[in-house]
Amino acid sequence: MARIGVFVCWCGENIARTVDVAQVAEAAASLPGVRCSVHYKYMCSDPGQAMVREKIEQERLTGVVVASCSPHMHLKTFRRAAASAGLNPFLVEMANIREHCSWVHHDRESATRKAIDIVRMAVAKVRHHHALEPIRVPVTRRALVIGGGVAGIQAALDIADAGYEVVLVEKEPSIGGKMAGLSETFPTLDCSQCILTPRMVEVGQHPRIKLYTFSEVENVDGYVGNFRVAIRKKARYVDIEKCTGCGECWNVCPWKKIPSEFDYGMGFRRAIYIPFPQAVPARPVIDKENCVKLLKGGCGLCAKKCPRGAINFEDADQIVEESVGAIVVATGYSLYQIGQDQPDPRLRGYGEYGYGKYRDVIDGLQFERLISASGPTGGELKRPSDGKTPRVVVFISCVGSRDNAKGLSYCSKICCMYVAKHTMLYRHKVHDGEAHVFYMDIRAGGKSYDEFVRRAIEQDGAQYHRGRVSKITQEDGKLIVRGADTLTGAPVTIQADLVVLATAIRPAPGVEALAQKLNIGYDEHGFLLESHPKLRPVETNTAGVFICGAAHGPKDIPESVAQASAAASKVAVLFANQELTRDPEIARIHEATCAACFTCYRACPYHAIEKVQLKHKWTARVNPGLCMGCGTCVAVCPSKSADIEGFTEQQIYSMVEALA
Amino acid sequence: MTIAYYPGCALHGSSNDYEQSVRACLKVLGVELKELDDWICCGATAAHSINAKLAIALPARNLAIAERSGSQELLAPCPMCSMELMKAAQQIRSDDRLQAEISSIVELEVTGSTRILNLIQVFERLDLKPSKPLSGIIAACYYGCLLTRPAEIVRFDDPEAPMSMETILGRLGVKTVDWNYRTECCGGGKTMCDEETVLELSHKILSNARAHGANCLVVACPMCHVNLDMKQGAVNHRFQVRHDMPVYYLSDLIGLALGLTPQELGIDRHFVVRPEHG
Repeated sequence: MARIGVFVCWCGENIARTVDVAQVAEAAASLPGVRCSVHYKYMCSDPGQAMVREKIEQERLTGVVVASCSPHMHLKTFRRAAASAGLNPFLVEMANIREHCSWVHHDRESATRKAIDIVRMAVAKVRHHHALEPIRVPVTRRALVIGGGVAGIQAALDIADAGYEVVLVEKEPSIGGKMAGLSETFPTLDCSQCILTPRMVEVGQHPRIKLYTFSEVENVDGYVGNFRVAIRKKARYVDIEKCTGCGECWNVCPWKKIPSEFDYGMGFRRAIYIPFPQAVPARPVIDKENCVKLLKGGCGLCAKKCPRGAINFEDADQIVEESVGAIVVATGYSLYQIGQDQPDPRLRGYGEYGYGKYRDVIDGLQFERLISASGPTGGELKRPSDGKTPRVVVFISCVGSRDNAKGLSYCSKICCMYVAKHTMLYRHKVHDGEAHVFYMDIRAGGKSYDEFVRRAIEQDGAQYHRGRVSKITQEDGKLIVRGADTLTGAPVTIQADLVVLATAIRPAPGVEALAQKLNIGYDEHGFLLESHPKLRPVETNTAGVFICGAAHGPKDIPESVAQASAAASKVAVLFANQELTRDPEIARIHEATCAACFTCYRACPYHAIEKVQLKHKWTARVNPGLCMGCGTCVAVCPSKSADIEGFTEQQIYSMVEALA
Repeated sequence: MTIAYYPGCALHGSSNDYEQSVRACLKVLGVELKELDDWICCGATAAHSINAKLAIALPARNLAIAERSGSQELLAPCPMCSMELMKAAQQIRSDDRLQAEISSIVELEVTGSTRILNLIQVFERLDLKPSKPLSGIIAACYYGCLLTRPAEIVRFDDPEAPMSMETILGRLGVKTVDWNYRTECCGGGKTMCDEETVLELSHKILSNARAHGANCLVVACPMCHVNLDMKQGAVNHRFQVRHDMPVYYLSDLIGLALGLTPQELGIDRHFVVRPEHG
């Protein structure tokens, strides 16, 4: 026999003003199964909670209904109170008579009637509650970090320094990401490589970091605390254990004119190469698309020259498995490519800028390489077409960003700052040069950021024109840039030697496929989705998978690093326990009635349903580590064999009956 | 193959050389043009400057006539006409209430289902085999403003860096040049009220084509032809130059390559004519 206690809260005036709480308590007292019914001014206060505890003990209650606010507000509070009085916390139910009643109605009489109905439904539901125990799953205290840019590096080092093992997977031959290719960084103009490469070395030497470069995540199975990850190690054709990185091989490789990915085509590399001298690991890789030995046979000079016999032309892709308990995704960004074939027709804009047609129209990352001390020109600014030092450079911001008609709707956030930086770096190298900027408006929110832009304009003499460029043409070796200055209202024509486009930031290619493997969300642009934009900024909707850096949205270095540390701390919190406790209000399949149609298996958005063979039949079974309790399986099950604990169909029907 | 054809006012009036050229050229290629019965003005710039509904209703009546005759596709060789027809068709398609209202205004059922083609799109799908190589021609393809714009309405080629005319002429072995004024404005209808502006713009276009090594211009718009060919004498006079730059319709060069004579194509009626075409 049920012994249910009903606790009606006034919420000060919030409920009592509109709802006659005494009448609600009185009506509840006569409901079937109700043992006691009381009302109090603040049920969540200490005396209120004490009243709940006291009644549970005195009346030996088997269920509790608190008629007050939303369960989001105080369900946990009252569950704790019940537990401390010895009642299973999952036997507590909230009847929301504040948000669902008093706050949205005026008429006291009908609001009171509705409140009584809500309480009646809650009582009917509680009668069918049964005690639940939290689910415990073991945790593999080892993390996977996907992406070895500055965000991935920071996350990996933080997790490793907290004492846990890290597997870091990077698809390029070296870690370092975009930041390794930058010249200097805003707003301090410190050298990007000087601050990043020591961190890269730390990763390479860290006893708790296992580094897979030139590798990609192939498949992910399992659930929070217990992921199994398959990693594809792409054929490198170099045994990185034997290799010492001496450089004999790439010095003899005769194929010298292959555009370097690291230099964004501004410089060249060989067919066997390390992307840049400070690469981690400092081990070369053979580019199979361009190696003559691998394409047609012959050559093989590198293998002949290698003193350690490290070159292996028979190398093939390998799949390795790793077990981890948490995953951090830090796959970074790529730049909007214009003038090139793209699957997305929206992104074919800006033919008028002649990118890809005029060699001296380049993007921001290419400019970084041209002014970087480690770049193909050794830091001397030479334009791509003829190697001359440009005397007039035009920088165009918002190419693709904030342009619904031709590009992407969002702001790429970092361009205003790096354009200002580019003008400064240019003027520091070419003192008599002219730097012109076309901008829509300047977004320099951040510590010392606006001061930095002012410095570019006031001290370094960058000429800012507020307006768009309509066309770039070429005449007599000059780029004719025609635009508007909307502040003066006049058209502007500049004869430039070099044009730098601040193209929009997009997610790294392939991130959508990765997100699908990880079962995490992404927005219409392909940026990964956080679980809550304010309160859960690095969590995803899949437990145990965290995000950081520009994979989540355009971000500068400080923000990426901060977010990476946040993700690392979330991993550390997860790993602080030997096992995980999860909410038991998840799906359950009645195996006796399951017809093994596996409709639920296909419908489950979290892949939490497994096919299990019993003695005489097959059945669906819920993996408690993966189930998020969404109820999709309940909705699709034709034999009514699926239920959510705490929200069973029996409970829902009895609530409806109570109302009828 | 038969295609429904909307000439618009220009091709029956000041630019009837364009119609002659289009008809002659397509005839050789086995395309018969079926002119819309009882067509009316597309509204051009005038209608949408005065009354938004009129700007839809005028082209809509032509769309309705095309639908009534069962035509799925309609060729409008004038880009102004084709753009106005496309714009009206799009608006009618996407708005049921507007569709009903316009149908009642034009007193014919119109759904906007007809696909509007410009001249380039028709040539793009035809098999062009030159019978006569066009030696000595180095063409600067000039698109002007309306062939590719507004991009969201015409959805044809890259609005700022189109290549479709170059591609077609390349198939015929005609040399083309890369130049800078392919999508600049020629002044359009300003030729009636502000000739000075038109002369300046036309002068820039002609000069840039010449500077990039072209010896003729190719257009697919009657208005562009007026401003660059008919007004060329005035440009020469105003800027004290001698451009002497023939301006061909796209169908002219295709027709010549297919073996038609300049007279059959109406090239001899242009203002700037190469001596051998006279």
